[in-house]
Amino acid sequence: MLKDITIGQYLPGNSLLHKLDPRTKILAVLLYMIALFVVNNFWGLGAMLILSIVVILISKIPLRFFFRGIKAIAFIVLLTVALQMFMTPGEALWQWGFLTITKEGIRQAIFMGTRLLLLVSLTSILTLTTTPISLTDGIENLLKPFQRFGMPAHELAMMMTIALRFIPTLVEETEKIMQAQAARGADFESGNLVERAKAMIPLLVPLFLNAFKRADELAMAMEARCYHGGENRTRLKALKYGVRDVVTGVLCLCMIAGAFFTRFI
Amino acid sequence: MIKLNHLTHIFYKESTKQEVKALDDVSLEIHEGEHIAVLGHNGCGKSTLAKHLNALLLPTEGTVEVDAVDTASEADLWTIRQTVGMVFQNPDNQLVATTVEEDVAFGPENMGMEPSIIRKRVDEALEAVGMQEYKDKGPHLLSGGQKQRVAIAGIIAMRPKYIVFDEPTAMLDPLGRREVMETMQRLNKEEGITIINITHFMEEAVLADRVIVMEHGRIVLSGTPKEVFTHVDLLKRMQLDVPPVVELAALLHKENKQIAADLMTIEEMVKELCP
Repeated sequence: MLKDITIGQYLPGNSLLHKLDPRTKILAVLLYMIALFVVNNFWGLGAMLILSIVVILISKIPLRFFFRGIKAIAFIVLLTVALQMFMTPGEALWQWGFLTITKEGIRQAIFMGTRLLLLVSLTSILTLTTTPISLTDGIENLLKPFQRFGMPAHELAMMMTIALRFIPTLVEETEKIMQAQAARGADFESGNLVERAKAMIPLLVPLFLNAFKRADELAMAMEARCYHGGENRTRLKALKYGVRDVVTGVLCLCMIAGAFFTRFI
Repeated sequence: MIKLNHLTHIFYKESTKQEVKALDDVSLEIHEGEHIAVLGHNGCGKSTLAKHLNALLLPTEGTVEVDAVDTASEADLWTIRQTVGMVFQNPDNQLVATTVEEDVAFGPENMGMEPSIIRKRVDEALEAVGMQEYKDKGPHLLSGGQKQRVAIAGIIAMRPKYIVFDEPTAMLDPLGRREVMETMQRLNKEEGITIINITHFMEEAVLADRVIVMEHGRIVLSGTPKEVFTHVDLLKRMQLDVPPVVELAALLHKENKQIAADLMTIEEMVKELCP
């Protein structure tokens, strides 16, 4: 179940997008999100769609990885589309009982649906082409200017790294505990919601206890390896902007400008 | 040289509301290049002893000196931890990063070294434990023995003079145990790193230059493996598993004094019985 989520699953490759600096990619995705909500007509939306397809092609990532990500949020997309379709007031096209589909509703539904799908696809590209470690490095680096205002940039990045490191370990452990409990007659599948939630207690208690013990031991191991926070810490792979990052930056600014321009068509 | 001077450690046990003397007046000198095994049953204080060697714990009484620097001196804390590396029992709970090479780089990164030097040290350390080909893998894809080797590489990359192994093989299968022991032996013999192996496996103690046996926070026996293993009865009383060959030698010696009592390997036993 947990393995279906695309976010946090790096796919090794050597496309142009893989080689970009993570900071460039994070900023590009932010600008892309803005552009996606700036465009307000079909010309703009079409342009964003074409742009997204081009980026997906450049990434050389098999399409099934995007479908996997989309499947995870299919329910939210459908719900949004349905709500937009039925709830937007305007010129009625079709009516049945209290349900009314309006022309404006269909337009809104197409816009929101497309936006959500593109958003998920492009953020998936970010996580699919960037190793979790360089992603956290990028975030740490981008947040550094805010450190002066008390933003714990290094600590946040460290927590994310450790979380990423331990997700597979804890998933494995959960499976092990579940099997151990099932072997002694535990039932996680049947019963109503309350019963099922109760059945989770014998799973969660050992899982949490173990997690605390792990945290304790990890902290000690980190201290033994001279960890003392972000101060004076260097990195094996220092981040460096290259020519391709500058080019990407310029292209992103063009995208934003273009998005605003389409509003006037 | 690491010097323990009348080291005593007392901690307060929350569950029983009592003070426990984990270490009781322990004096010991560890010389450079030595391979020492510290043996003892659970709760004998051997892990507490290990944690004093790199200032993870500080003495209640007495002192610990690493290369003539007192571990209680806060200004020298990071030098001490760099000089005395430590490998822990659970391989999972000491790997920090999401890839092998990033994890090995963790120590040097904390020491604030240049990226090019870190790169060199990471590559060397991975080669020393034979894990170069796994450098881009996630730790969760490795076996227990491999994870422990990565943990060792993470320590080697900091270039310590001493490495303390705190029951490094307790959670491994026989294959993993052998991998770790071979790595440990090679580091000692080829790289000249001083090894302090805290263990309750007698088979590992046989490989050491010096064996120290602890009970109730005190050192009860100390000497070469041969000297220590002649006290089979005492070791068994302390619930330590004596290797079968050693026990057999002791029993044979009791019946027939012509058979030596200090045989430690099957080869030696064969040679003794069928010269």
